[in-house]
This record gives sequence, C-alpha cells and structure tokens, in this order.
Amino acid sequence: MIDDLGSLLDGFAGVVTPLNLLFALLGVTVGTAVGVLPGIGPAMTVALLLPLTYGLEPTQAFIMFAGILYGGMYGGSTTSILLNTPGESSSVVTAIEGNKMAKAGRAAQALATAAIGSFVAGTIGTLLLVLVTPLMVTFAVSLGAPDYLAIMLLGFIAVSAVLGASRIRGFAALLLGLTIGLVGIDRVTGQQRLTLDLAQLADGIDVIVVAVGIFAVGETLWVAAHLRHTIGQVIPVGRPWLGREDWRRSWRPWLRGTGLGFPFGVMPAGGAEIPTYLSYTLEKRLSRHPEEFGRGAIEGVAGPEAANNASAAGTLVPLLALGLPTNATAAVMIAALTSYGIQPGPLLLERESSLVWTLIASLFIGNLMLLVLNLPLAPLWAKLLRVPRPYLYAGILFFASMGAYAVNAQPFDLLLLLVLGLIGFGMRRFGLPILPLIVGVILGPIAERQGRMALQLSGGDPSGLLGGALSYVIYGTIAVILLWPVLRRLSATAVRTRHREHADR
Amino acid sequence: MSEPVTAPPDRAQYGVCAFLAVVGVLVMIDAARTDPATNSNDPIGPRPVPILIGALLLVVAVAYTIDVARGGRGEPEGGEDVDPGSPIDWRTVALVIAAFALNAVLIEPLGWVISGSLLFWGTAFALGARRHLVSLAVAVTLALATFYGFAIGLGVALPAGILQGIL
Repeated sequence: MIDDLGSLLDGFAGVVTPLNLLFALLGVTVGTAVGVLPGIGPAMTVALLLPLTYGLEPTQAFIMFAGILYGGMYGGSTTSILLNTPGESSSVVTAIEGNKMAKAGRAAQALATAAIGSFVAGTIGTLLLVLVTPLMVTFAVSLGAPDYLAIMLLGFIAVSAVLGASRIRGFAALLLGLTIGLVGIDRVTGQQRLTLDLAQLADGIDVIVVAVGIFAVGETLWVAAHLRHTIGQVIPVGRPWLGREDWRRSWRPWLRGTGLGFPFGVMPAGGAEIPTYLSYTLEKRLSRHPEEFGRGAIEGVAGPEAANNASAAGTLVPLLALGLPTNATAAVMIAALTSYGIQPGPLLLERESSLVWTLIASLFIGNLMLLVLNLPLAPLWAKLLRVPRPYLYAGILFFASMGAYAVNAQPFDLLLLLVLGLIGFGMRRFGLPILPLIVGVILGPIAERQGRMALQLSGGDPSGLLGGALSYVIYGTIAVILLWPVLRRLSATAVRTRHREHADR
Repeated sequence: MSEPVTAPPDRAQYGVCAFLAVVGVLVMIDAARTDPATNSNDPIGPRPVPILIGALLLVVAVAYTIDVARGGRGEPEGGEDVDPGSPIDWRTVALVIAAFALNAVLIEPLGWVISGSLLFWGTAFALGARRHLVSLAVAVTLALATFYGFAIGLGVALPAGILQGIL
C-alpha cells in the first residue's frame, strides 16, 4: 500500500508541469462545455471528444481525457439543476431538489454544493480507487481463462437483464453488439468474419465509431424526428457560493453520498442510479428539515451528487483490474485506454504501472481543475443551455464526424457511422437500451478469446469452460438473475414493489 | 412520459423481430462460409461463436415476437428536446442523413473545412435554422477553428483537400 502511494506520487511528478496543467484546463473546459449541452451525457461527451487526444503523447492524452471525463460529468449536473432535464439516469435525483432550489432563487447554492460535493466525492473515490484496485488485481491474477469467461458472461447478463426495463430488449441489444464485435479477422485463425470482403472491415469496427454512431448520430436523428419546438426555461444564475448554513448542511451528505456511491460503482451492474436514490432517501430521513424535501433541500443535491461521482470513481476499479466496464462511460473509457495502448486487466498494473499511476494522478488533477474552473464559470455554462437547437445538433454531428474520421482517417468510417446512427435511431424508437450493445461490442471478442483459451488448455474438452470456485459462484449468480422472474413469482408474499431502473445511456 | 391508456398496439415492433431474425440468419450463413479449421491451439475454430450468437438472435427474435403479441412495448426514449408524442418527421430525418452522407463523400476531395461547413449548415437547415448567412458563418468558423486547432494544433487527422496549401 505504501508502495502504491509512492507510485502515485511518481505519477504526480510526471503530471504536474505547466504544459500538462494547460491540457487539463483545456480538457475540463471542452468537457464541461460539451457536457452541459442538453441531451449530451458523460458517455457521449467522452466519445465525441476522445479523438482530440489522439495526436498527443500518453501522459498529456490522459490528463486531457481526465479533464473531459470530469467536465462531462459536472456539465450533466449543471443541466439537471438549471433546466430540470437530466442528461442521464444518474443525475435524475440531482434534478429533483436541484431544480427546485434553482426555481427558489438558490441556483448558485445548488451548483456550488454539486461542484464541491463532486470534488470531495471524486477525491475520496479516487483515493479509495488507489487502495482497492491493487487488492482486486491480487485477486484477479489468480484467475484463469474460465473465470474470466464467467466474469464476462456475468457482465453481459448484468447489463442486459438487471439494468433496464425489459430483459428481452436488453438481450436483443446485447446480441446486436456481439454481432458487431464479430466483424473482422478472427485473431486465432486469420479468417474473415462478417467483413463482406471489405478491406476496411478487416480490422473490425472501432469501438469509438460504434459509440459515436449509436450515441451521437443516433441521438441527433432521433431528435430530428421529434424536435420539440418549445425550449425549456433556463434559470439565470450568478457565481455559485455557499453560506455558512449551507456548508453545515452539505458536508455530511457529501461524505455519506461518497460512502454509498463508491461500493456500488465497484460492483458489476451496480451503477449510479441505486446509490443516488439511496442517498436521497437517507438524507431525507436524517434531515432536520424533512419538510423542505420536494421544495429544494440542499441535502438532496449534496448527497446524490456526491454518490454519483463516487460511483464513477468506483467504476474504475473493475475497469482497470478486470477490464470490465459497468456503465456507458466506462465502456467508452475502455475504448479510450485501448487506443492509448493500455489493455485493462489484471496485468495492467504490473506491465504498465507508470501509465496507470499517471492516469490516476491525472484524475486527481482533472477533479481539482474542475472545481477551480467551474465555480467562476457557471454563469457562462448556463448561457450555453440557450444554444439554438438546430446549431446544437448540427454541432454534435459535426464533432461526431470529425472524431470518427480522425480514428482511421478513412471516409468509409463516416458511412459506417451513418449505418450505426440508423441502428441507434431504431433502438431509441423501439426502446432498446444502448449500454448492452456497447458492452457486447467491447467484451464480446474478449469473451470469445477467453473461451477459446480455456478450451485450448483443456484440449477441447468442454469441461475446460468451468474453472475454479469463482466460476461456479458466478454461474450460480447468473442462474439467479435469469430465473429471477420465476423466483419472484414463487415468493408471492413479497409485497414490496421493486423500483425499475432505466439503463444508463 | 405517461403512455396514454388506450395506446394502439405498436405493430412496427414486429419489424425489429424480423430484423433480429435476419441478422441471426446472416451471421450463421457467414459462419458456415468460414473454414472450420481447428488445431491443437484452437480446438473449436472460428465457427461456433458466430453460430451461437446467430442462434441466440433467432431465439430472442421469437421471444420478442411473443412479447409484442402479448402487448409488450418498448417505451421510445424521451429527452429534453424530444417530443415523443409527435409522429416521426421523416423529411427532417432524410435531410439530416443527406447532409451527413454528403460530408462522407466530399471530405477527401474537398477537405474538412468545406465538407464540415456543408454538414453543419445542412443539418442546421434541416432542423429549422432559417438565418442562412448566420448558419453559414457559424459553420465556416467552426470548421476553420477545428481544422487549425485540432488538425494543426493537436495533430488530429483531418484532410485539407482542395484547400491544401491555402489553409
């Protein structure tokens, strides 16, 4: 553990130079500017802006990337508070009290408690990440190919069946993603699969192109089909600040929210929705002013916003240690790390430890930069909410094309982007969740490789697919998830109605 | 986004089921085309995984059909700028697609600054912007700014096209 902290300090030493801080500033600025735009959640922000970092060397790319990530997340909360339009499910709760506060003339305090709460949660969450990731890696290196196969399958089932309103639609999205993941040359035998004999498809479809196509192009086409011609009311805002009373009422919810958010983030399929709801309920119960809830209670912004950010930090643990993305932003991040030449997984800390610590140090810096930048600039961000919609979506398509083209510098990718955009459009029309598709694209090829490796070790005997104790536990869990509707029907005495969470987009 | 109680059945969903089934069949046909070569390093070869995925697609297509027949429906995605109650405006969608495809075709011959400007201007027009000169000014400014800032500044690969040497 002491070693880890030492490595982290080395990471900082590599990161803190004036030029790098400039990149952090640039990342946070464009991340917030794009994230604050209505309709753009953190995952879409990262996917859109990622190609900007392609020309940079890894350290600078990480720093800018961390800035974009935090900027995108905070931009989303700003939109929820000022416009009551959460860009994604994890900021739904922030919008409940945050928008009420803003309407009561306390927008500045709502934005401030969200910003400082995000900072506190992000800092503690990243520290916990430093402590927990090596532990998970120690555990992960003892796992074999069958265990990994089981973990990947659990990831598939969890994103398809647990999150989201309809399992069948979740599985449909997952299988479409797995199909996209099949495209390209089979790495073991060198044979082409689903490439239609197109040379451009031989290397497979880049995950960034998939993410940008489904998120950005799909969203734009969907909005084009149903453009609302009345724009929501934006609440004017001054410079965010907190009075002494606000500080007194905010700090405990920040810490409790962090405590709830991080563990959920670490769990596969934990997500940010459950801890934000839990934090809201908890603060309402503990508050000395429960009557203020529903009318703009600051605790109801401070707690859930901290939970949201801590959960985002927690998500990085399975991401770095196992290569397992558990939400849409993490799925895009895996693609980002891969493009920087980092293969997430248990060997990552060993092989590329200096890069990992640089990344983590960058997260700390991005988080700090966000606080420094966003408190004074909030009024400016609020103005961005008034961007005329034709320009907003034209800009999204513009940046989507630029990013997708920049990945491989081939116009073919733009046509691919359009096809994926049409798939994204159809998914929105028919209520298919997006996350299972993205996870399928990323993890499908890895799962196939692990499965074939397991069979190679067993000489083709199918029993080789079942590995150590962990794989039995995981297959048991998968069975419970799949049989859950049956089990629930059997225990008819359970009166408690389950809240259904909508999948993160 | 409460659904009206007497919503008519959403029959277009059967199209999704058909799409899934067609993809499933295509994946299996493609897999059958591959050489099932196996060896000691790869006991199963490139075939079984696509076959499995194709088969699961067919299973899901059937289950989806049953779900739809029983009245199941996916809720169209909402959003701040989306009015899900309105019918799909195909004209706008087609115009946006046209602007996008135009950019894909023109990006290499004409370069990003021109094709990107056309993309922005065309999309804004499709979505209802009517101050054409303002849109054009925004489009050209964005295209130039991204070209200089990202292509030249950050090394992002964007083509200069016919403006090579002028920019």
